[in-house]
Amino acid sequence: MSLETNMLTYPRRSRVDRALRGCTIIATAIAIVPLVLIITYVLIVGGAALNWDFFTQTYRPPVPAGIDPRTGLPIEGMEENDLSQVQARGGVLHGIVGTLMVTITALLFSLPIGILAGIFLAEYPDTPFNTFIRFCCDVLSGAPSIVIGVVGFTMIVRQTQTYSGIAGSIALIFLMVPTIARTTEEILKLVPNATREAAMAMGAPMWYSTLTVVVPTALTGIVTGALLAFARGAGETAPLLLTIQGNSNLSFNMLAPMAALPILTYKYIESPFPAENQLAWGTAFVLMMLVLGVNLLVRITTARIKR
Amino acid sequence: MADVKAVPRITASSRWARRTRHGDVFFWLLTLFFALVIISLVVMVGVVTYNGSAEARAAYGWTFLWGEEWNPVETDLYPVSFGAWPAIRGTLLSSLIALILAAPTGVAIGIFLSELCPLRLRQPLGFLVELLAAIPSVIYGLWGVAVFANWFNDWIANPIANTAGQFVPWLAGPVAVSRGLAITGTILAIMILPTVSAITRDVLQAVPNHQREAMLSLGATRWEVIWGAVVPYARAGIVGGIMLGLGRALGETMAATMLIGNSTRIEESIFLPATTAAALIASELPNSVSLIHESSLIALALALFGITLILNLIARYLVWQTARGPAGEKV
Repeated sequence: MSLETNMLTYPRRSRVDRALRGCTIIATAIAIVPLVLIITYVLIVGGAALNWDFFTQTYRPPVPAGIDPRTGLPIEGMEENDLSQVQARGGVLHGIVGTLMVTITALLFSLPIGILAGIFLAEYPDTPFNTFIRFCCDVLSGAPSIVIGVVGFTMIVRQTQTYSGIAGSIALIFLMVPTIARTTEEILKLVPNATREAAMAMGAPMWYSTLTVVVPTALTGIVTGALLAFARGAGETAPLLLTIQGNSNLSFNMLAPMAALPILTYKYIESPFPAENQLAWGTAFVLMMLVLGVNLLVRITTARIKR
Repeated sequence: MADVKAVPRITASSRWARRTRHGDVFFWLLTLFFALVIISLVVMVGVVTYNGSAEARAAYGWTFLWGEEWNPVETDLYPVSFGAWPAIRGTLLSSLIALILAAPTGVAIGIFLSELCPLRLRQPLGFLVELLAAIPSVIYGLWGVAVFANWFNDWIANPIANTAGQFVPWLAGPVAVSRGLAITGTILAIMILPTVSAITRDVLQAVPNHQREAMLSLGATRWEVIWGAVVPYARAGIVGGIMLGLGRALGETMAATMLIGNSTRIEESIFLPATTAAALIASELPNSVSLIHESSLIALALALFGITLILNLIARYLVWQTARGPAGEKV
């Protein structure tokens, strides 16, 4: 194309330029719209479902329609079997306890594996294993969570003949370790080499400088990685569905079926009672706050570290 | 990164140094051990699903994958049979719909974030898009079931089924239940957008500036710079990002389980209930009726893992190849 033909078609090219650049803006807006919609729905509808009982009570079956849950007496003027009139009762304390116990147990096992593997990836960058280990991290975090659930089911639930909280924790380890390892690696790489060299100039061997100088420097980042893994684990449903199964009672026994917030969301939204659907939105609210909070925190701390 | 492995020579007089002189080897082995644990986790996933699916593999072999009947319970009309085709077909079709919707949008977002966005907006917008990836999938399912399904029915499914559906069988109704491939694909598209756009943005940012400058100096418009010099340069990486998004869509469980309708019948229309491999496992494995049923579901998980493993392998290679910069130039 010669310069002249270019000049001749410039108005057209300029229009194309503007149109396609506009398209990318529209695409970005399209992505933001569902995000805003989902977050506002969960915050508004879920926020309305929150009350004191929600956090302090466990599951209670909905009262038959037309009966006052407090007195047990029929309410006048209300039709029986009208599902939309069923009163909301009970809460999700069992889910909160289950999620915390299962996820924190998984985190306790994942942290040493993830952090030490992350240290290996960042501090010994030229071993032949590194690319492969990084790839394995990607495979684990890219593996469908249901597959991890199947592994937990086959490995533990099938052998022990019972669903259990500990099986859920073991399944979550598969999902948390890669997150922790990769964030640890990324954050350790941000520690300037001068820091390492300074420690070595003082006569510290490498392990000592890593543990007492490099890791403490990056500690905030490592903690945010752990929080990120926690948020991811707390939001996972599929692996827990196959390993801890869900439960309607408050249970602290890790060797028996337990409840978890995402499982309750899933079960309650399928329920025909609007009252239970309310509980589903409430649990979604709690999960959403957890995820948003952790992500904002991570955002703020990484911005500070990079600066 | 400079070589930090070199340990300074330890002076013999330092007792502390002598005591800790084996520390480095020990520390290296310790961290190596935990790094190898990660490899063993991957191996474990493969081995456990492979062994767990032994019965199904022995009974059906490869024909498992294209068997058209999935009947866990014996009835008068149908014998017990496990064929994965309804699940595999649903997985492929819903992911295809997701990909058709998300790939152009995601690439456009990546282009906007990397090339066109004002610098001040780049960080916050990128954060918002990545937040989409952080929302638990069960919340997508919840929102899809409770809010999006009605909307989708009124504004997309019904109008299409009533017009184009009259002539095109795979767009036909009835759309009464608002569960099916189309709505699942749409929600999956929202879920994989951040994967596609984040990787597109990253590989585009790795494109060296001379590419842009050379094109600009020829008198190109900004879009011509992007489309003629930047995107082709990063093509492999963008394809890799789309493949990673595809991997995520294939394995997505909760949103699919809640929205696809879990029907193992093969229907022609994309507005009718179907099932995906992940949804089938999630809904049937907790209450499987027989050993072969369980084993067949585990075989599905094995297939799913195999597919995502291969997709990851190719995609990571493509992204890595692009992000590392031009051949011969060390970045």
